[in-house]
Amino acid sequence: MIIARVVGNVVSTEKHPQYRGYKILIVQPIDPHGRPAGRSFLALDGVQAGVGDKVLVVDEGGSARSVLGDEGAVTVRTVACGIVDRVDVESVP
Amino acid sequence: MKLGRVIGTVVSTQKLESLEGLKLLLVQPLDEKGAEAGAAIVAFDVARAGEGDLVFFEAGKEAAQANPNGWFNPADAAIIGIVDAVNVAESTVKAGRK
Repeated sequence: MIIARVVGNVVSTEKHPQYRGYKILIVQPIDPHGRPAGRSFLALDGVQAGVGDKVLVVDEGGSARSVLGDEGAVTVRTVACGIVDRVDVESVP
Repeated sequence: MKLGRVIGTVVSTQKLESLEGLKLLLVQPLDEKGAEAGAAIVAFDVARAGEGDLVFFEAGKEAAQANPNGWFNPADAAIIGIVDAVNVAESTVKAGRK
């Protein structure tokens, strides 16, 4: 899992039937101190997250299906599965 | 999943039976601001996308199962949907045909 910041969302009408009904988030991976780390990507929303939220993102199909409670969604791979309240790290720069 | 722009088509006649009837498109991955994010890839299309469309695609083994006819495809990227709008602060990426 990675920690990421929700920076936006994507609207799509014409899409694969397994993706119907889910919100698509744009997430920016961040390091433990909140700085951007790597390229943004898209994740389905499994936790009612919104723009600005720090989220936990799982990028693995089996877990993604389990988070969504939708075992038939075999093409789904990336899902936000938690909202992060706080990250404690030993060394803050 | 990632955002991308369809920049071309790929034509292949001699191919695996499971890929029959599927459109192969060339996709340029983009970030949320519309900047290129890596090299272009070939993805098969399940969203009826066309050249110039802003799309999102799935990569990995999940893409191989995206074919609506139920077959497992030897593919590592599939266009899953056409993007109508990208909502992000200060975005310059435009949905629709370029």
